[in-house]
Amino acid sequence: MLEVSHLACSRGDHRLFSDLSFVLESGQIMQVQGENGSGKTSLLRTLCGFLSPESGKILWDGTDMRELAEDYFANLLYLGHHNAIKDELSGVENLRISAGLAGIALDDKQAIAALRRMGLKGRERLPTKVLSQGQRRRVALARLLLGEAKLWVLDEPLAALDVGAVELVQTLIAEHLARQGMVIFTTHQPLEIAGMEMRRLSLS
Amino acid sequence: MAINWFKYSAPSTFYGLAGKLIPWFALPAAVLFVIGLYIGFFVAPTDAVQGEAYRIIFIHVPASILSMFLYLIMAGYAALGLIFNTRLSSMMATAIAPTGALFAFISLWTGALWGKPMWGAWWVWDARLTSELILLFLYFGFISLHASIDDPRRADRAAALLAVVGSVNVPIIYFSVKWWNTLHQGSTIKFTGTSMHVAMQQAMFITLVACWLYAIAVALTRVRSIILERERHTKWVADLAEVKA
Amino acid sequence: MNTLSVWQLLVLVVRRDLLLAMRRRADVFTTLIFFVMVVSLFPLGVGSEMELLRKMAPGVLWVAALLASMLSLGRLFSADYVDGTLEQMMLAPQSLSILVLGKMIAHWMVSGLPLVLIAPVLGIQFDLSAPAQGVLVLGLLLGTPVLSMIGGIGAALTLGLRGGGVLLSLLVLPLCIPVLIFGTGAVYAISAGLNGAMVSNLALLAAMLMFSLVLTPWVSAQALRISME
Repeated sequence: MLEVSHLACSRGDHRLFSDLSFVLESGQIMQVQGENGSGKTSLLRTLCGFLSPESGKILWDGTDMRELAEDYFANLLYLGHHNAIKDELSGVENLRISAGLAGIALDDKQAIAALRRMGLKGRERLPTKVLSQGQRRRVALARLLLGEAKLWVLDEPLAALDVGAVELVQTLIAEHLARQGMVIFTTHQPLEIAGMEMRRLSLS
Repeated sequence: MAINWFKYSAPSTFYGLAGKLIPWFALPAAVLFVIGLYIGFFVAPTDAVQGEAYRIIFIHVPASILSMFLYLIMAGYAALGLIFNTRLSSMMATAIAPTGALFAFISLWTGALWGKPMWGAWWVWDARLTSELILLFLYFGFISLHASIDDPRRADRAAALLAVVGSVNVPIIYFSVKWWNTLHQGSTIKFTGTSMHVAMQQAMFITLVACWLYAIAVALTRVRSIILERERHTKWVADLAEVKA
Repeated sequence: MNTLSVWQLLVLVVRRDLLLAMRRRADVFTTLIFFVMVVSLFPLGVGSEMELLRKMAPGVLWVAALLASMLSLGRLFSADYVDGTLEQMMLAPQSLSILVLGKMIAHWMVSGLPLVLIAPVLGIQFDLSAPAQGVLVLGLLLGTPVLSMIGGIGAALTLGLRGGGVLLSLLVLPLCIPVLIFGTGAVYAISAGLNGAMVSNLALLAAMLMFSLVLTPWVSAQALRISME
């Protein structure tokens, strides 16, 4: 369970949000809404511990995330604006490394299977610099297929994706929620999960 | 008298307190400088070995001492700011840095002035001068790092970490430079060694105290402008008499 | 699925950075060529008198190694910072210090080790004796990792700043002075026949290496967290 209480965050002199509180339970999904510059990305980055909040607390199963540190990170999967993939490496190499950083040992076979599910059949061994923007995003999204991270923090997961890939991401999220996972995300495109109540958090 | 220190750790209250304190440091500093330099230049006797040139120590020695202590104090404030996340400590560290650099520079400059008549060269690769030069580099590093980061919070924290790393390194640097100096059998400047006349000791002590007071006064003045700059959007700054005028 | 131990993670990061360096070989060679070039400039600058060159050799080689490692330090974290990998590293379920240590080791293997290996060739240019050569290489072997590690702190602090490269050198060079002194001191000592001083210089370098191994990954990790905000 993720519990955020009285969170406040500023960038420079500018106050982004304050007194923000919410609770995210297992199997729930929440969309963070707001205009450009309203602090959506900052909120997600605060949840990942990159930014320290000005005030307020973030609790994971009742314990402060700062205390849990690595134990909290083990439960977290973050997908940011950047794909965190290397142009020089192939999809398989990239995926194996990002899985490794998340603490998961992955062999070639598993990596190829994950990439194929993301619709990259035949491109698994190509250096990612020859792939299109959308295909690179798919390589990054393949991380969603690995590991048992309970909380997914997705910043614009649908950016640069085509219709097929958007559907795939929706399926993955639905599966994750069915496994009692949690998702918190931002998007500028419509994202619907069939049969799930979508909670919304508005930053203004 | 019990003072509530936490109250004064808020920039808004400290701004006023610093304003009141500055004259109490600045005035004695000026008076003591005059007294100390008078004793140093007119009362203290001419040195048997070094002649009149030795009188530069009344500036050189306090400046050297201050430059070293100020680095440690700066690093101390920086560490406080880093650990307890107190903004005022970080501001103090930032405010002290230029004064420390200035003293390091004065120390080098006066050292060179002393070296010319004594050694026939403006610069001697003596252990103490070399360490002082490296110390000046460390100050430059702190100031430039702070200046090149736009976000004040990141600037404070990054520069603070550098200062702490620097202060851990300072003893190693001093030791290594001394070591280097003995290995290469370079010349060593000795200011002391011969017994000092009482008037010399007095003059040195008085100028040292004056330098301390000056450093505190300047640091407080600088921290006041830093507070104003950082807090320019707050209400209490807008309400200040000097801002309204 | 299997989870990775600390050591496996360390190996993974080192292997990854080495793999990337292999794919961008040009970067590795520029550092090496820079080192050779700077060292070769000195005789042109001060004249070809062998006695003088022999005396200058350790200092020249060490200063050039210092500058060469500064040159490559800018890349230590910046590529990972730009493409978002650094964020993923900070979310690793192991301590960030371990990942940072891995990156430092890889950086040394790519930019420090080649300098150590080529140093004897350059030593010949300066007519260094065989024992002096040996001590020089040993000193570089102990000292260049320290440069990579202290440099890592600077690289982390200047992450994403404009003019980061020059600033990085300004921050790191003063901190590297002891390494320079002990490294060159060892060679001077052996040339002067002072075996005891040679051993103590090398011992001090080894001590600095141990000290840096323990402290710098943690400090750099803190610096990275500060810079990522």
